[in-house]
This record gives sequence, structure tokens and C-alpha cells, in this order.
Amino acid sequence: MPDWEGVRLHVVSGKGGTGKTTVAAALAMALAADGKRTLLIEVEERQGIAELFGISALPYEERRVASVGPGALGRSGTRGSTGKAGREGEVFALAIDIEQALLEYLEMFYKLGRAGKALRKVGFIDFATTIAPGLRDVLLTGKACEAVRRKGPDGKRHYDAVVMDAPPTGRISRFLNINTEVAGLARFGPIFTQSQAVMRVIRSPETAVHLVTLLEEMPVQETVDGVAELRSAGLPVGGVFVNMVRPPLLDEAAILASDGDHREELGLALADAGVGGRPRGGAGRSVPAATRKLVEPLLAQGREHAARVLLEREQRSDVQALKLPTYELPLLSGGVDLGGLYRLAAALKEEGAA
Amino acid sequence: MTAPTRKQQADPLAGVALDVDALIDNPSTAIVVCCGSGGVGKTTTAAALGLRAAERGRKVVVLTIDPARRLAQSMGLTELDNTPRVVKSVSGPGELQAMMLDMKRTFDEVVLAHADPERARQIMENPFYQSLSSGFAGTQEYMAMEKLGQLQATGTWDLIVVDTPPSRSALDFLDAPNRLGSFLDGKLIRVLMAPAKVGGRSAMKFLNVGMNMFTGVLGKILGANVLQDVSTFVAAMDSMFGGFRERADRTYQLLQAPGTAFLVVAAPERDALREAAYFVDRLETDRMPLAGLVLNRVHRTGAPQLTAERALAAAETLEQGDADAETDGGAGGSATAQESQGSQGSQASEGSQASEVLAAGLLRLHADRVRTITHERRMRDRFVSIYPDVPLVEVPALAGDVHDLEGLREIGERLAAG
Ligand SMILES: Nc1ncnc2c1ncn2[C@@H]1O[C@H](COP(=O)(O)OP(=O)(O)OP(=O)(O)O)[C@@H](O)[C@H]1O
Ligand SMILES: Nc1ncnc2c1ncn2[C@@H]1O[C@H](COP(=O)(O)OP(=O)(O)OP(=O)(O)O)[C@@H](O)[C@H]1O
Ligand SMILES: [Mg+2]
Ligand SMILES: [Mg+2]
Repeated sequence: MPDWEGVRLHVVSGKGGTGKTTVAAALAMALAADGKRTLLIEVEERQGIAELFGISALPYEERRVASVGPGALGRSGTRGSTGKAGREGEVFALAIDIEQALLEYLEMFYKLGRAGKALRKVGFIDFATTIAPGLRDVLLTGKACEAVRRKGPDGKRHYDAVVMDAPPTGRISRFLNINTEVAGLARFGPIFTQSQAVMRVIRSPETAVHLVTLLEEMPVQETVDGVAELRSAGLPVGGVFVNMVRPPLLDEAAILASDGDHREELGLALADAGVGGRPRGGAGRSVPAATRKLVEPLLAQGREHAARVLLEREQRSDVQALKLPTYELPLLSGGVDLGGLYRLAAALKEEGAA
Repeated sequence: MTAPTRKQQADPLAGVALDVDALIDNPSTAIVVCCGSGGVGKTTTAAALGLRAAERGRKVVVLTIDPARRLAQSMGLTELDNTPRVVKSVSGPGELQAMMLDMKRTFDEVVLAHADPERARQIMENPFYQSLSSGFAGTQEYMAMEKLGQLQATGTWDLIVVDTPPSRSALDFLDAPNRLGSFLDGKLIRVLMAPAKVGGRSAMKFLNVGMNMFTGVLGKILGANVLQDVSTFVAAMDSMFGGFRERADRTYQLLQAPGTAFLVVAAPERDALREAAYFVDRLETDRMPLAGLVLNRVHRTGAPQLTAERALAAAETLEQGDADAETDGGAGGSATAQESQGSQGSQASEGSQASEVLAAGLLRLHADRVRTITHERRMRDRFVSIYPDVPLVEVPALAGDVHDLEGLREIGERLAAG
């Protein structure tokens, strides 16, 4: 059974630039396997999803951005799969536009009519979202929860899961808890009711807040601090997604090479493989000069690699000490395109994240 | 600043070398601003430059923003007191001080410096002030500028090196203070204050939405008290000093002054270089002095003569040899089976087998490195062909993090060596 069975709102946070948008997209795809329908939500008005999927800017509208055919992510119809297996999964995306979301929100409580347009014209919306930065967050979390709770005519949930490409670790607790503040301000009325409903979803076991990190000091530190902060804010901590993990090219060997002296043997091995020239002589074979020149630079690279591997090992053990479900995603050379997203999604499925 | 020299007239992609030592040694260089997109090495570059300048004889202060914990400790920044501290173990004739920006305290200081204690207390207790000073988009950028202005005004240092906040976009650093300034001094906020000031609504007539509607809706969604807070806050701030806008403008002018130099930091990757390009364009539009581009964390190799293809082919040959050896030693070639053979000859071959495994690994590592270098070079060349006149220096990627003075010194040397 996948690790997040029962979770319907996946909030993906982490230090800036660690791959929140990429991981959120891959997770939405992984969760869509086996004929499911998922929604990927972008909250920062940057069109990062459109860029990632290589499509033109998304309007404020749920659009289908990818389909996940049976078997597209490796073995499909895993244990416990429902009759849905074998059907095509669908990923929808929504880039929330704050102005429109605010008008929509106001419409929920007041009959605005044409006044909505006028409000926009005088810069009211900019103004309102600026003097009350929290208002933005109310709108964003409200929209996500609406998508989570939405039901189709058959009474079933419209989306099997909603994945949010959320603000970075530094702002995530406040972002998610904004509705508590609002509920505190407005103690009754429609806004109060609405924010209560949103908080019920966010604090429930239906929500998981995941953190993306790299195996580097600062992102890991931010993750450790982030987990503590989420916990003390009473928010449901999900898993840790370690992104851009480099393939272990020669971990153990490199570490050995960094202290042992292997120059001569190494030179011979290289020469045997035809690097820089063939070894001369039979019994007392010697390393050709051109090969000899390569030995030191190659060892130096090995030592650098070893140093990094050790550093990564430290960071990895800090991540493990959190005792949270952890997933590793490989570094894709040359960046992430649509094909790369399928690969990452397959890795997530393989590791049980979906 | 000294005229940069073209490395080679013949090669259009050689670009112009950035002479960092000439920049920091020049007594007329008074401010160096390190900017760039998130995570590229702004803080590291700022600290390394500051250290190098100090060790070469200048009296320097480095204003860092959110440095990594270990780096901060290595510079003696253990307390967040928002004032510069002397960095110990700086060798050479100069002096280095460093500080970490605390945006809330900087904001508080501005208030305290301009209002009598009673008024200052009122402002600081205002809930709107509290949310503004501790988390408003752009506050950190605004306060970095504010602090820069303060440091410069004291005249204590002859070089100020400024780090910039970890924004998504380098442009935020130039735009955010203005946005915040114009917002606080803006028309809407004045309109909102108008009832409080003149007690009437005549000022609203030019708007085609009634004031009732306006404040009514705002009040309902934000809570009426929020509006009240904002307007008392703005009124208090307004009477206090010449306005945010004016302050932001003043620091902006400081950035255009001849003694200021911008260093754009970028990683040799598509996104970071695209941001760097935006920033270079923008500095030009705003007539701000660009000193050059620091291309940070560039990979290098000591064995450029060995191509990725050759290295991989050789690695395969070696690995093929291993596999053959294993099948020779009995199907599956288990460790116990090999040990039971136990002759001296097989020990020797085990040794050479280990070095073959190592050689194959090193060759794969090398192939990987060469590919990275090729990719980075392509990114760099693209930038250079579009901006042939922007001086550029490459700083190699060190094996580990940079978290002590030793590391900073090394980065400083690489910055100077190019
Ligand atoms: N596994 C990976 N392999 C290779 N490149 C990756 C990987 N994950 C992300 N990237 C690249 O790293 C960069 C940052 O990723 P992304 O935009 O997802 O990060 P982010 O955390 O959303 O950033 P921001 O904080 O700016 O929103 C992008 O260029 C992306 O293509
Ligand atoms: N040349 C280099 N070689 C190796 N590591 C480096 C190099 N430059 C920077 N680093 C490391 O990269 C990480 C990010 O650097 P730094 O904090 O300076 O970036 P930044 O641009 O200030 O980031 P932010 O936008 O988050 O403030 C740090 O761990 C630092 O030690
Ligand atoms: Mg993103
Ligand atoms: Mg920094």
C-alpha cells in the first residue's frame, strides 16, 4: 500500500530552488497512476508549472496537463489496486490568479455584480492583498481546500488527490495557519465559517506537508527546522523528498583512494584499458608517460568526489534522524523535461510515495 | 576602475576578464553589492571579497543576509544584535567587520530614530506594523538598503560589501524597496487616510467606486480594525519623517553613485544565467555601475586531454575484464570460492583487480565531470556572446561547503586569479 493512502492534500514545501515545483509535479503524476485524477496547484503566480510541462501560460482554470497511461510508470496495477487499474490517469493543473480568486471569494459572500470590475480598476485588489498579506494566503488555501472537497454528481470526490506547489519552508507554517488567524479576527459570519472549514481540512489526516531538500547543509538545516516548526504549529508533517541525488559513481573506492597510495597499479590499469597508451614491457611493466600524467588529476577528482560523498552521508544521516518517510530522486543531467518528470514520477511510485 | 583587458582579440568567446583585486584595491570603490538569484553564492562571494579586501589593507564591513550557520560562526557572528562585529584572525594590515541583517530590528531602529518614545511605542505596538516589519514581501530588501544607507552614513569604513536577500529573482532587490516605498506613500493609502485626516470624503470623489463600498468591502474581508491599524500606522509614520518613498529614493541614488560597484553572481546554469542577464540589462537601464559577473561553482578538470567518450570506453573495457575474471574463477565467483583458492598469485590479482575497479570508477567520474564542464561552458559562452563587454571571472566549485575563513580565503584567491 502506498505511504499516503487517505491523504488528499499534498503540500510540497522546502528551501527555495531545491525542486518544489518539480517534485510537486512528479508527485501529482505518480498519484495519477492507475486511472486516478489529480490536480496540481501553483500558488506563486510564476507559471512554473507551464514552464515545466513546456506549455503556454495557464489561465485561471483547471487544465489537463498530462496523462499517465497504464504502465507508464513501470509496474501498474500493484497490490490492492482497484478495478481502475489499466485506465488512464489524468493530471490537471491550476495556476491561481489572486485577483480572480479574490473576486470569486467576494462573490461567495456578496453580490458584487459589475462592482467587481470597478474594484479591480482602482487597484483595490492589489491594495487589499498588499496591506493584508494574509489575504493572499486565505484565498490560496481556500481554493486548494475547495478542490479537495469538491464532489462530482456521483457524490464521489472530483479529484483523488490535490498537490500544491507551496511557498518555501520559511513561510509555510504561517501560510497554512492563516485561516486560524482569520477565524480569530472574524468571530462569526460567512468568512469565519469558511476559514474554519479550511482549517479542518489542513489539520486533518487528509493533509500531508512534504519537504523537499538537497543533500547540502543549508537545505537540510532548513528541513530540520521546518519539521519542528510544522509540528509546533500543529500541522501534519508528511515525508522528506531528497532531490537531485547524484548516482553513487564510486563511493567506497573513491574513499579508499583518497588515503591509500595506488598510483602505480592505477597507472597500469589505466594503460591496460588503453588510456594514454599501452603499458610497456612484460614482467617489470611500466606506465607510459602519457598515462602517468592522468593519474594524479583523476585521483584528485576521486578525492573531491569522496569528500562530497562523505558530506552527503552526514546530511543524509541528519535527514534519517527525522524518522520520516524519505524518498530519493535522482539528479537528471541537463535538467528536467516532460520525459524527466515521468522518470521522477516512476521513482516516487517505486519508492512507495504514491 | 581599471580598464579591463580583452584576453584574446582573436577569440570572441574569451570575453573580458574581471580584475577583482583592482576593484577592491581601488580606494574610490566604496560599496560593492553582490546580487544574483537564489543560492548561487552571493553570501559566500560577499564574505570572501570582504576578507580579501581587508587582508589587502582596507577597512571593510560586510553586511550579510541569512548566512549559513557555520559560516556566520566562523566570522564570529553568534549574536543577532544587528551591529557590525570585528572578525578575528584577519591577517594583514586592514580590518574586517561583519554583521547579519535583522530586518525587524532595522525597522524598529528607523522608527526609534525618528519618533519620540511615546509615538515609537504606539507604532511598534500597531499590529499592521508588526506584520509589515516581520514578513512583508520586500521588507528584507528594503531594510538591506536602509542598513546600507546607515552604514555608509557613519563613515567608519572605507569599503562596504553588501550581500542581498535570497530572492527568486535578482531584480527583486532593486524593485522591492521601491514597491514598498510607493505603496506606503501611494495614492490609495492616502485616500484611506483621508477620512482620518480631514474627516470627510471629498477626496474620494474622483474614484468611481463609493468610499462606502471601498472601505466596506475591505473592512469585511480584513476586519474593520485592520483598516484602522493601517491608517493610524501610516499617519504616525508620515508625520515622523519624510516618507518611505524619499528614503528609498535616497538609497537608490547611493547605488548609482560612482563609488558603487555591482557584482552579479551566477551559477553556470541556464536559469541562473538568465536571471543574471535580466539583472545586467536592468543595471544598465537604471544607470547603475556593473563591475562584472562572477560565475561561481564552475567545474574544472586536471585532465582535459581525456575525453568523456574515451574515458567511458576505457571504463567499460576494465569492467568487462573484471566480469571475465569473475566467470573464470567459477560460476558466480563467490568470495568464499575465491578464498579457498588461496594461492599467492590470486592475491596479487585481487590487488590489481581492486585497482581496476578503482580505475573504472575514476574514469566514469571523469566522464561525468567532462560532460558537466562541456555543459557549463556552453552556458557561459552563450552569455558571453550576448554580453561580450561584461567582465567575467570564474570561481571553481570547491569540494565541500565554504564555512570557515580558510574557505573564504580560498574563494577570495580564486576570485582574484580568475
Ligand atoms: N531531479 C532533478 N534533476 C535535475 N534538475 C532538477 C531536478 N529537480 C529540479 N531540477 C532543476 O532545478 C531547478 C529548480 O527546480 P524547481 O523550479 O522545481 O525548484 P523550486 O524549489 O520550485 O524553486 P523556487 O524556490 O524558485 O520555486 C530547475 O531548473 C529544475 O529543472
Ligand atoms: N565556489 C564554491 N564552491 C563550493 N561551494 C560553494 C561555492 N560557493 C558557494 N558555495 C556553497 O553553496 C551554498 C550556497 O552559497 P551561498 O549561501 O553563498 O548562496 P547565496 O546566493 O547567498 O544563497 P541565498 O540566495 O540562499 O542567500 C553554501 O553552502 C556555500 O558554502
Ligand atoms: Mg517553484
Ligand atoms: Mg545568501
